[in-house]
Amino acid sequence: MTEREIILEVKDLQTSFFTDDGVIPSVDYIDFHIREGEILGIVGESGCGKSVTSLSIMGLVPSPPGKITNGQILFRGKDLTKLSEREMRSIRGNEVAMIFQEPMTSLNPLFTIGNQLIEAITLHKKDWSKKQVKARAIEMLKLVGLPRAEELMKDYPHQLSGGMRQRVMIAMALVCDPQVLIADEPTTALDVTIQAQILKLMRDLNERLNTAVILITHDLGVVAETCERVVVMYAGKVVEEGSVETIFNNPQHPYTKGLIASVPDMRFKKQRLYSIPGNVPKPGMIKQGCRFAARCDFMFGRCTEESPPLYETSKGHQTRCFLYDEKEVVVNDKTAATS
Amino acid sequence: MTKPLLQVEGLKKYFPIHSGVLGKQSGYVKAVDDVSFYVNEGETLGIVGESGCGKSTTGRMLMRLLEPTEGKVTFDGKELTSVSNTAMRKARREIQMVFQDPYASLNPRHTVEKILMEPLIVHNIGDKESRKKKVYDFLEIVGLSSYHAKRYPHQFSGGQRQRIGIARALMTNPKLIIADEPVSALDVSIQAQVLNLMQDLQKELKLTYIFIAHDLGVVRHISDRVGVMYLGKMAELATSESLYAEPLHPYTKALLSAVPVPDPAFKREQIILEGDIPSPSNPPTGCTFHTRCPFRMDVCTTVVPKLEEVKPSHFVACHLYSEAVQH
Repeated sequence: MTEREIILEVKDLQTSFFTDDGVIPSVDYIDFHIREGEILGIVGESGCGKSVTSLSIMGLVPSPPGKITNGQILFRGKDLTKLSEREMRSIRGNEVAMIFQEPMTSLNPLFTIGNQLIEAITLHKKDWSKKQVKARAIEMLKLVGLPRAEELMKDYPHQLSGGMRQRVMIAMALVCDPQVLIADEPTTALDVTIQAQILKLMRDLNERLNTAVILITHDLGVVAETCERVVVMYAGKVVEEGSVETIFNNPQHPYTKGLIASVPDMRFKKQRLYSIPGNVPKPGMIKQGCRFAARCDFMFGRCTEESPPLYETSKGHQTRCFLYDEKEVVVNDKTAATS
Repeated sequence: MTKPLLQVEGLKKYFPIHSGVLGKQSGYVKAVDDVSFYVNEGETLGIVGESGCGKSTTGRMLMRLLEPTEGKVTFDGKELTSVSNTAMRKARREIQMVFQDPYASLNPRHTVEKILMEPLIVHNIGDKESRKKKVYDFLEIVGLSSYHAKRYPHQFSGGQRQRIGIARALMTNPKLIIADEPVSALDVSIQAQVLNLMQDLQKELKLTYIFIAHDLGVVRHISDRVGVMYLGKMAELATSESLYAEPLHPYTKALLSAVPVPDPAFKREQIILEGDIPSPSNPPTGCTFHTRCPFRMDVCTTVVPKLEEVKPSHFVACHLYSEAVQH
């Protein structure tokens, strides 16, 4: 199998918020990449920095108070953090597009679906004729599986259901054939049966158009069914990264293990759920050591003193945990025996 | 054999729709339409369904936070639907509710102590000293500490607030707790903590739960029996083993197959339903699911299917299983 080309690479990214309580790094030195046509999942609980990561890529971090304070975001080798707002605008929506969680708030209630789609197209395709633009808008609505596309152009967002609105959002994001689509919790506000429709649509579109998708979610089930590779985030750090099979079958970071164990499985009844003790720390609260140390079952002295680096445990599988440091082999064996 | 603690018969809630300048009534939203079920003492009945299926409205009607349009609710031998408001208020001592949003359901201006003491004052239980002691006891029971009593809700995380919400529901020693989406606003790791707490409390205090949620995994985990609602009607009701192993109603089948399973190796045939849930103000005739059902027959568009027992303690409202159609 030939490796596909890396299309987007995030290197040492740090995005901080300058608040009255000081500088809070919401995303703290994270690295990941996505290849052409790949579906990458970013999972984590609230406050882990997954949404700030996506806003950073899009250049949409609210500023002030937010700012990218370190690192690079390389799109086909071009550093997005160095671009001017004007240059960024030609990339945003055109090459890298985004869909949001709440389809109602991301559509303008005062304009018809047609108006909004046409606006999105004319913004990037200035030389197209009106007819071309309209035909493209209708084509996109059909592409995302919306019935009676022509009439829909004249409808207002409130006339559509949640699932239909999310389809319109996807259509709008795809009008310019972006190479990367960032979907931030695209199905969280939807019902299960509608969620299944939207996820299937996203998988189909990924296959047909070869668009790379970064799917940001808190739902491990959605990740398992949709993604090829997974990045697990905790408190602003990437704690584990690997293929979807290795992450679910052989999770290594204690946080990933705990997270997977605490999801109730519909297929069988667990007598008791595993639960990770304590709460998710507020961003910037933990200054020293591993951010998960206080909630970790395997914590030892070193964890509260140093920040663990990412250890490569097998090809393409990385874990930010001292248990996988070669020097700690003894400890590693002990946990293997108890688990 | 345990006896039913709560019996619900033919429960209906129609919300009138007013339209025009004069506000003339032009129709009804049939939020809950003829729902019957029972809950045994000490068990957990889960009610699942998608948004707008009437699961929350049902929960609220059981406590008469909403007046039912029709139907009978019997709790512990007493009929609740016909009693006066004063008597109902007394009955609420035994039935308590836990709400979804721990941010909205606690008064931000009151300390936790005041929030927890309120139900005791309302129901005139104990004196000042014993009430205080009870507040401290219950804070410990739900996994908080007595020093938390002096704090305000904003000083707690979501999971801790939900613990306070649970403690408040327990203050009057109720028999039945109606929990409406108690964990859906919480993160996965916190959700597991709260679910475990609810299970422990049930064992310790011999509680009966009605657990309303949209997450099928969570409902399976906590429930002994599960009812699936669709557009104001109960589509299927069975023990959770039987329902998840062998769903009968086409809607339940589709719903179960739509839930993402956290295991990439797990392969199955997904039934993807077409279209959206129809509006409850203008529900389809006959079986309300027929517009999206892959097994639709002629009879489905005209005759409303009854909830019938097709296997021991497995009830389903679908013409595919009714005798009249088969013969």
